[in-house]
Amino acid sequence: MQPEPIDSSISIKPESIPFWNDPDKRAIFFQVTALIVVAVIGYYLFSNTQANLERQSIATGFGFMQKEASFEIGESMISYSAADTYAKALFVGVLNSLKVAFIGIVLTVILGTFIGIARLSSNWLMSKLAAIYIEVFQDVPVLLQLFFWYAIFYETLPSPRQAIHPMDGVFLTNRGLVFAVPESHPIHKYMLIAFIIGCTGVFFLKQWARKRQDETGRSFPVIRVSALILLGMPCLAWLAGGAPSAMNTPVLSGFNFVGGANISPEFGALLLGLVLYTAAFVAEIVRAGIQSVSHGQSEAAMSLGLKPGMILHLVILPQALRVIIPPLTSQLLNLTKNSSLAIAIGYPDFVSVANTTINQTGQAIEGVCLIMVVYLFFSLSTSVFMNWYNKKMALVER
Amino acid sequence: MKSLKVLVAAAMVLMFAASLCMAGTLEDVKAKGFVTVGVNGNLFGFGMPDEKGVWKGLDVDTGRAIATAVFGDASKVKFIPLTAVQRFTALQSKEIDVLCRNATQTLNRDTALGLDFVQVNYYDGQGFLIPKKLGVNNAKELNGASVCVLPGTTTELNAADYFRANNLTWKPVVIENTAELQKAFFAGRCDCMTSDISQLAGTRAVAPNPADYIILSEVISKEPLAPAVRHGDNQWKDVVHYAVLAMINAEELGIDSKNVDEMLKDKNPKVQRFLGVSPGNGKALGLDENFAYNIIKQVGNYGEVFERNVGLNTSLALKRGLNALWTNGGLMYSPPFK
Amino acid sequence: MSEVLSNNNNSIHDDADNVKPPIASVGIIGWIRHNLFNGPINSIITLAILYILWKVVPPFVNWAFIESMWTSSGAECQQADGACWSVIYANFRFIIFGFFPHDQQWRPLVAMILLVTLLLCSQNRNNWKKSLAYAWIIGLVIMGLLMKGGVLGLPPIESSQWSGLPLTMLLSVFGMVAAYPLGIVLALGRRSTMPAIKSLCVIYIELIRGVPLISLLFMSSVMFPLFLPEGLTINKILRAQIAIILFTAAYVAEVVRGGLQAIPKGQYEAAEAIGLNYYMKMRLIILPQALKVVIPPTVGVLISAFKDTSLVVIIALYDLLKTTQSTISNPKWMGFSAEAYIFIALIYFVCCYAMSSYSRRLERELDK
Repeated sequence: MQPEPIDSSISIKPESIPFWNDPDKRAIFFQVTALIVVAVIGYYLFSNTQANLERQSIATGFGFMQKEASFEIGESMISYSAADTYAKALFVGVLNSLKVAFIGIVLTVILGTFIGIARLSSNWLMSKLAAIYIEVFQDVPVLLQLFFWYAIFYETLPSPRQAIHPMDGVFLTNRGLVFAVPESHPIHKYMLIAFIIGCTGVFFLKQWARKRQDETGRSFPVIRVSALILLGMPCLAWLAGGAPSAMNTPVLSGFNFVGGANISPEFGALLLGLVLYTAAFVAEIVRAGIQSVSHGQSEAAMSLGLKPGMILHLVILPQALRVIIPPLTSQLLNLTKNSSLAIAIGYPDFVSVANTTINQTGQAIEGVCLIMVVYLFFSLSTSVFMNWYNKKMALVER
Repeated sequence: MKSLKVLVAAAMVLMFAASLCMAGTLEDVKAKGFVTVGVNGNLFGFGMPDEKGVWKGLDVDTGRAIATAVFGDASKVKFIPLTAVQRFTALQSKEIDVLCRNATQTLNRDTALGLDFVQVNYYDGQGFLIPKKLGVNNAKELNGASVCVLPGTTTELNAADYFRANNLTWKPVVIENTAELQKAFFAGRCDCMTSDISQLAGTRAVAPNPADYIILSEVISKEPLAPAVRHGDNQWKDVVHYAVLAMINAEELGIDSKNVDEMLKDKNPKVQRFLGVSPGNGKALGLDENFAYNIIKQVGNYGEVFERNVGLNTSLALKRGLNALWTNGGLMYSPPFK
Repeated sequence: MSEVLSNNNNSIHDDADNVKPPIASVGIIGWIRHNLFNGPINSIITLAILYILWKVVPPFVNWAFIESMWTSSGAECQQADGACWSVIYANFRFIIFGFFPHDQQWRPLVAMILLVTLLLCSQNRNNWKKSLAYAWIIGLVIMGLLMKGGVLGLPPIESSQWSGLPLTMLLSVFGMVAAYPLGIVLALGRRSTMPAIKSLCVIYIELIRGVPLISLLFMSSVMFPLFLPEGLTINKILRAQIAIILFTAAYVAEVVRGGLQAIPKGQYEAAEAIGLNYYMKMRLIILPQALKVVIPPTVGVLISAFKDTSLVVIIALYDLLKTTQSTISNPKWMGFSAEAYIFIALIYFVCCYAMSSYSRRLERELDK
C-alpha cells in the first residue's frame, strides 16, 4: 500500500560510489533503483496476500457491497434498515462521520476563538482560567476524554422513567437528550427556499454596497441588513404559511421516549470530547494569530479614523487570519480524523460501520482500504480547498 | 546502506518463508514445541485469566486438550486473547494454530472465510438478559428497546433478524469491548442485552447484584460454538477434531480423570482401543498411542470440563441441556474410536 | 508584597521627592483593581467567574477530598457520597503494571526509573554529547533486557504480558526513537531534486497524514498478517509499534522539512562550494542547523505520539488506559470510572506537561 519509505535514503549516498561522477546519471540510477525496490516490495506483499487469500479460499473484491448488510445501525440520518445493502450501511457511516465532524468543527471554532480571546483578556482570572483549560485539555489523550465523558453520561444520568426534566419538552436521560422539535409541515420547505433566496439577495447586496462605496465613499451597514434578510425571509415565509406552531414533543412510551429529536450519549460524548480537546489547540492558534498583529497596526488604523469595528474587520482580522488559517485547518482535519475514535464508545461512524462490515464479511483488506480512502478523500479535498483559500488570501496581500 | 539492509532482510524473509511453506500445521506445532490457541480474553467460563493470570474456561481447556494430544503435556500451550474482529485473520495468517473462541459455525465462515470448524464443544443459543424491574416476560414485549449487543458477531445479525421478523423497532447500542458493553448495560444504558445464553449467564454472574437480572426463556438462534482451524489442512483438523471428541467419548465410556488409570486395565475392547492399550488410533492421527489417556488424565472428560468451568457449581450455573450426552437427551455424540 | 513593603519604607522617610502613589493603585489592592476590576465589563466577568468557581470548587473539593474514600473496599465505596479513590489504591499495581507477574514487577519499575533518569539527563543541553547517545543506547538495551528477561537469572516474560504504563512508555519511546531517523530521511527525500524519490516521499507523507492512526492500527492488526508469507507472523505489540512508527515518521518528516526550508540557500551553496558531497553536506552543515531549529515542534510531535499510544486500546493491547478500563469493569469497582479516569489523566497530564513546558523553555533558550 505505501511506498517503501526507506528507499529515499538512497538520495543520501550517491557519492559513496566513487566511479560514477555524473550527478545526472547518478540521479537516474538511484531513482530507477528506488522505483524497482518499491515495486519489488509491493509485488512481494501483493503476491503474498494473493497467495494467502487463495490458499484459504477467502473471497475478495467489493462484491459484498451489494449484499444485504442485515445489521442494524443505532442512529442514521437517512432511512436505513437491516435489509439494506452494505454499501448503504457504509454510506450511513460516512454521513454520521460528517455530521459529527461538521458540528464539531463549528463548535470548536466558536469555543476555541472564545478561549483564545479569553487567554488574552486583561482580566487576570479569566486569562488564567483559559490558560489552565488549554493546558489540561491539550495534555490528556482525546480517547481518555471520550471514555470519561461517555462514562459520566451513562453512569450519572437517570433512566428514561426518572428523566431529568429541566424545561417543557426537554428530557435528559442516560439514553440521551430528548427534546421537542417543530412538527414537520410543508411550510418548512418554503422556509428553506426563502432562506436560499435571502442568501442570493445578500450576495448581490454586498456587491452593490462595495461598488457604491468605491464610487461614492459612503458605506452601507451590510452585516446588519444581511442578518435581517437572512432571518427575516424564512420568518416571513413561516408567517405566510399560517405560522404553524405544532411541536413534536417526546413522550415516554414503553422503554424509551418516542418523538422529538434525540442526541444519543455516544454522539454527545464524542462531540463533547472532540470539541473540548480540539478547542484547546484552536485557542492557542487564535491567541498566536491575534498577537502576531503588531499594536502599531491598530494604532495606525485608529489614526486614520476608522471605527473599532472596522479596525477589527479591515485591519486586524485579515492579517491575523493569514496566520491562523493554516494551523487551524490542520487542527480541524485532526478533529475529523479523531472522530474515528467513535468506535471506542459505540457511535456508528464510518470506521465503526466498516469494522462491523469487516467482521461480517471477513474481508479485512477491502474494509481497511475503504476506511483509508474515505479519510484521504476528506483530507485531500480539504487541502485543495485550503490551497485555493491561501492563494486567495495571498492575492489580497499584494 | 539502509536500502541494502532492507534488500538483504527481504531476501532472508523470502528464504525463511520458502522453508516454512511446505510443512503442515501439525509438524509446525511439533517443531515449535507448543500449540498457539486463540481465545476470548474477557469471557468468564470460556476464556479469561483469573486473578493470578492463569487461563480458565471451557475453550481454554479445549485448547489444553489439543496440546495434550500433540505433546502429552497440557502446559505446552500458549493462549492469545483476540477481539471478535481479529479472530479470523489471526487464524488465516497462522498467528494461531487453532481458534477456540466461542465462534459460531456458519456456512459463510466455513466457506468464504477459509475456515474449517470441527466438533462443537458447546451448543448455545441466543437469548435476552433484562433487569427484573422492567417487568418484561417475553422478548416480543421489547418493542422500542435499546439493546446492548457486541458488534460484528452472529449475535448482531440474529438480533436484527429477530426484530425484523417480529416487526419490532429497536435501537442497537454496539460497543466492541465485552467488559465495556457489560458496564454500559449495568449502568442502564440499554434495556436489555442480547448474546449467547452462556455469555448472558456470565454477564449476570458478574453483575453488581445478579438477582436483579433474568434471562428470558426465548432462544432466538442456534449457536454451535466450535473450535476452528484453517481450511485445507486435514491432518491438523483431524487432530483437533478427535481431541475434542476424545473428551466426549471418555464421558460416554465412563472414564474420567480419577478412574482413568484403573480403566487402563479394563477388559472392554472399546476402552482399550480408546486409551491406546490396543494400538492403532494414535498412529492414524499421527499422535502418540496414548493421546486420549493423556487428555483424560490431564484435562478431564467433557463432563468434568463442563462442570468445572460453567456447570451448576460455578457462578454461571448452566445446566447441561443440549450439551448433555446423547444418552441423556443432549447432542454430544462421539463416533466410535476405532 | 515587596511593593507594599517598599511603600511603607518610603512613607517612613517621608521624602518630598518620593510622593507615594495612592494606596489603591499599588500593592495587592492595586493589583486586584488593575487586573480584575478595570472597567465595568471586566468587573462583571470577574464576579461571574467567582460565582461559578464558588459553585463548582467547594463541592468538588468536598467530593474529591473530604467525603472521599481512600483505602476502603468497593462495597463501602458504594455507600459513600464522595469520590472512591480506593479503586486506585486497590488496583494500583494492575493499573500500572498490568499482567506482568507480580513478583517480577520491580523490573518494569527499574526500567521506567532508568528511562526517566535518562530523560532528565537529556534535559540539559550541555549534556548533549556522544556519551549521552551511548548512555541512551545502553539504557534502552538494559530496559529491553529487564522487560524481556531470560538473562542473568531473570525469568523470561512473554511480550503478551507487557502491559500498563511500561507498555505505554515502550510504545512511545521506541516509536519516537525509530520514527525520528525515518522522518529525517523522508524529509530529505521530499526536498530532493530527483522527481521519483521526491514523489515517493510526498505520496508516503501525505497518505499517512491523511488517514487516522486508528486505520493504520487496524491495518496492523487485521490486514498486515495477510501481507506476510505463510508461516511468518509478527507479534501484536510489534505490529502496533510499527504502525505507530510509520505514523509518527510522517509527522516528524513534515517538522524536519520546515527546518530544512528555514536554512538559507547560501548554506547549501557554501557547502557545495567547499566540495562537500551530498551526504557530508547534510550531515555536517544542514541537518545540525535544521534539527536545532525544529526542536520545539519535534517535542510537540513527541507529545502527540505519547498521547496517541492510548489508541492501541482499540486493538485490545493492554496499555495504561486499557488496564484501567479493565479494572473499572470489574463488578466490584463498577461505577467509579470518573475516579479511575481522573487518576490516569493525571499521569498523562504530568508527562505531557513536563514535556511541553520543557519545549517552551528550550524555545526561549534557542531564541537567545
